[in-house]
Amino acid sequence: MNGERNSANLIESLQKLQERYGFLPKDALMELSKDGGAPLSRIFGVATFYHQFKLESPGKVLISVCMGTACHLRGNANNYEFLRRFLRIAPGKSVSDDGLFSLEKARCFGCCSLAPVVRVGDKLIGKATPRELQKIISQVRESILREEAVRGAGGDKT
Amino acid sequence: MMRQEYWTLMDPCCDYCLHSASNPCVKYVVCRVRGPFCHKSVMCRNRRQQRVKEVLYGPQGVRINVGASSCGLATGAEKVLEAVKDNLRSMGVEAEASAVGCLGLCFMEPFIEIRSEDGPSPIYGHVSPDNVGEIFAKYFEEGSVDGAFAIRRRTGRFKDEDKVPLLDELDVWRKQVKWVSRNCGVINPESIEEYIVSGGYEGLSRALMMKPEEVIEEIRLSGLRGRGGAGFPTWLKWKVCREQPSKEKYIICNADEGDPGAFMNRLLAESDPHRVLEGLIIAGYAIGASHGVIFVRAEKPLMAARLEKAVEDARKWGLLGENILGTGFNFDVRVMRSAGAFVCGEETAMIAAIEGRRAMPRQRPPYPASKGLWDKPTVVNNVETLAHVATIMAHGWQEFAKYGTERSRGTKMFCVTGGVKRTGAFEVPIGTTIRTLVCDIAGGPHEGRKIKAVQIGGPSGGCLPEKLFDLPIDYESLQEAGAIMGSGGLVVIDDSNCMVDVARYFTSFTLAESCGKCVPCRIGTKTLYDRLSAIVEGLGDPDDLRLLEEVGTTMKDAALCALGGTAPNPILSSLRYFKDEYEEHIVGKRCPAKVCSKLVTYDINRELCVKCGLCAKSCPANAIIKTDDGFFAVDQLKCIKCGTCFITCPRDAVEKR
Repeated sequence: MNGERNSANLIESLQKLQERYGFLPKDALMELSKDGGAPLSRIFGVATFYHQFKLESPGKVLISVCMGTACHLRGNANNYEFLRRFLRIAPGKSVSDDGLFSLEKARCFGCCSLAPVVRVGDKLIGKATPRELQKIISQVRESILREEAVRGAGGDKT
Repeated sequence: MMRQEYWTLMDPCCDYCLHSASNPCVKYVVCRVRGPFCHKSVMCRNRRQQRVKEVLYGPQGVRINVGASSCGLATGAEKVLEAVKDNLRSMGVEAEASAVGCLGLCFMEPFIEIRSEDGPSPIYGHVSPDNVGEIFAKYFEEGSVDGAFAIRRRTGRFKDEDKVPLLDELDVWRKQVKWVSRNCGVINPESIEEYIVSGGYEGLSRALMMKPEEVIEEIRLSGLRGRGGAGFPTWLKWKVCREQPSKEKYIICNADEGDPGAFMNRLLAESDPHRVLEGLIIAGYAIGASHGVIFVRAEKPLMAARLEKAVEDARKWGLLGENILGTGFNFDVRVMRSAGAFVCGEETAMIAAIEGRRAMPRQRPPYPASKGLWDKPTVVNNVETLAHVATIMAHGWQEFAKYGTERSRGTKMFCVTGGVKRTGAFEVPIGTTIRTLVCDIAGGPHEGRKIKAVQIGGPSGGCLPEKLFDLPIDYESLQEAGAIMGSGGLVVIDDSNCMVDVARYFTSFTLAESCGKCVPCRIGTKTLYDRLSAIVEGLGDPDDLRLLEEVGTTMKDAALCALGGTAPNPILSSLRYFKDEYEEHIVGKRCPAKVCSKLVTYDINRELCVKCGLCAKSCPANAIIKTDDGFFAVDQLKCIKCGTCFITCPRDAVEKR
C-alpha cells in the first residue's frame, strides 16, 4: 500500500494508543502527530468524533449501560440513574469519586434478547436490575480493594 | 507456528495430494469431503469419511454443543462449557464438548445439544452449571431425554421421546426457513474444517469455475437484494462496479451493525464467519477486486475476533491470497475495527472511516461503485447479503428464489426483541406477515400484556400499530406504511411502553449520532428532540405536532444521507398511528403508559410498605416524610418526580399513578 494509504492507520494508531494507556493522553497525540505527519487538529478531530476514544483517564473498571431500544424499553435508563447515584458520580463527570469505576452509556451490544444489559468490566449482565447491579459492583469493589491491600502489604515487606 | 495435533480434512490424505497455498489444486474444496479425486485409494477415501463422522459427532461418537456467541456468553455459557467438561470427566462418559454459535433462540440461552449419529439430539435450554449433571445423568445413565426443550428426531431408542416436542413441530422453528443461518448453532465457528464438512467453500469453488459475468448473472437470477436496509439489487451494484475501467477495485463487508435491536449480522458472523468471508471472496471475484475490507463495529469484539480467525485459516489453506484454488484469482482481506460511530453504517461514511478520517457521509453520486475507497470503484455489501451470496453460489439461484415474494426473493433474518415471550433471531421468507413473526414464532406478548406496536428498522424505521400486523414484511409494503425493513430489527412495544417516549428515545439516538455535516439533520434532530422532551415533561404545546411533522418532512427531503433522511421516521409513523397518545401528553398532561415520570404521581401503598425508610433516605428532594403511625408518604408539592423512590423500594410499595 502506498504512502497516501497510511492515513488509514490513524484510527488504528489511536486504537493502539488507547489500548496502551487506557485513554488518549495529550502528549501521546502530539507525539503521534510528529511521527505520523498528520496535523494535531486532524488527529483531535478523529479522536473526538468516535465514541471509542477517551481523552480523560478512566476508572479501573468500566461500566457500560446499553442504551439500545430493547434495553431502553426494559428500563435501562433507570439502571443508569441508579448507578450514577450508587457510584456517587458527580454531574458532568463519568468517574466515581474513589476512581474505581467509570460509567458510560453504550450503544447496543447486540444482546437485545437479554435486555436490559449492563457490562461491568468485561462481564455482560443480562436482565439487569438495580439490586443485582448493587450486588455485583460491591463484589467487584471488594475484590479490587482486597487486591490493592495485598499488593500494598506485599510492597511493605520488600 | 502452531503444532498440528491431529490430522484434519484440510490436510493432505497422502503424498499424492500436493495442494498448498503455493501450489493450489482446483478441486481442493470438494476433495476434502468427497475425495480424493486425484488418485484412487480406498484407504484415503475411508480416512476422509471417517474424519467427516468425527467432525459431526466427535471422535467418540457423541458430541455436546454449547452455544457460545455473545448472547450465550452473557448468560454464562463459558461456565456451562466448563461444567459440561467436568461432568463428562466425573461420569466417565466419552464425548466431545464443543463451543458452537447461536441457534437464534435467545430466550432459552444458554443451551446445549447432545448429538450422536443415531440419537434424538435433544436440545436443552436455560442450562446452568448446576443442572448439567442432572441432564447428563438422565441422558447417559437412564437413557431419557426428559427435560429437553426439543429433540431433532424420534429414534424410539430413548425414554420420554414422546414427551418432548420435535424441534420441527415447534412454532418457533417450523415457520422459519433456515437458509443462510443453517450452520448457526450447529458448527464450531472457529473450525474451517466443520464449515467445509457442511458444504462450505463449495460456492466459491463453483464461482471460480465461472466467468465473473456469469456469477453476476446467477445473483441477478436469484433476485437477491441488499439485506442492510435499502434493498438495492446486489447484482446491479456489482455490474456497475465491474464495468468501471479502473484496475484497482475494492469490496467492503459492512459489519458495522449499529441499529439497536438488530443483531443478525453479529449472530451470523459469530456463528458462521466463513460463510460471510466466502461471500466476500465471491463478490471480490465478480467485481474484479483484489482487496477486501471487513469493517466491524467496535461494540462487537467477538464478531471481529471470529472473522479474523476465519481470514487467517482461509489464508492458511489457500482460499485467500494469491492464485486462489489455482484459478489465477488473487484476493486478500483485512478486518478493521470501527472506533464507534453509528453513521459509519452509511457507505460513504464507512469509506471515510476506512481511509482514517472522520466518518462523514458525502454527496452521492458519484456512487462508491464508480468512486469509492481511495477514489477507486468500490462495492459495499452487508454481512447477511454476503452470506446469502455464498449460499446461493453453493446451492444455485433456483433454491433461493423458491422463497419470498415476486419482487423480493429469498429469506431474511429478523431479530425480535422487547415485549414478547420468545426473543431471538429468526429467519423467514420475505413476505411473511408481522403477525406470524411476532405472535407465532416469537410467541406473542408476555402474560397480562397487550402488544401495541412493533418498531421495525431501528432508528431509521417506523412504529407500526397492531392493526397492521397482517402486513407482509417486504421492502415495498413497509415503506408504504411508513417504516422500513432496515437491517431487520423488530422491537415489540407493549402497553407498558409509551409511544412518545419511544419516539424521543430514537431521536436522542440520532441526535447523538448525527455527524453534523448537513443542516437539516444537525438542526432538525435537535429541534425534534427538544420538542419531544417538552412533550414528555408536560410542557408540550398543541402546535408542537405540526412543528414535528414539518421538521420531519423537511429532513426527509433535504438531509444529505440516509441517517438524517430516515431519522424522523419513528416520529412521523407514531404521529400517524398514535396521535392520541401525543395529544394525551400535551392536552391531558398525563402519560397513559405511566412511563414519562414528570407526568406521573408517586404514592406509597401502605399495604406493601415495610416501613424501612429507604425511600425517604434516597429521596433527593426530601419529599418523603414519616407519618405519625410510622408509615411514609410522598409530599406531592415537594416531589420532583425523579422516580428514585420507585427504584429504591425493596418491596415495590411505591406506585405510579
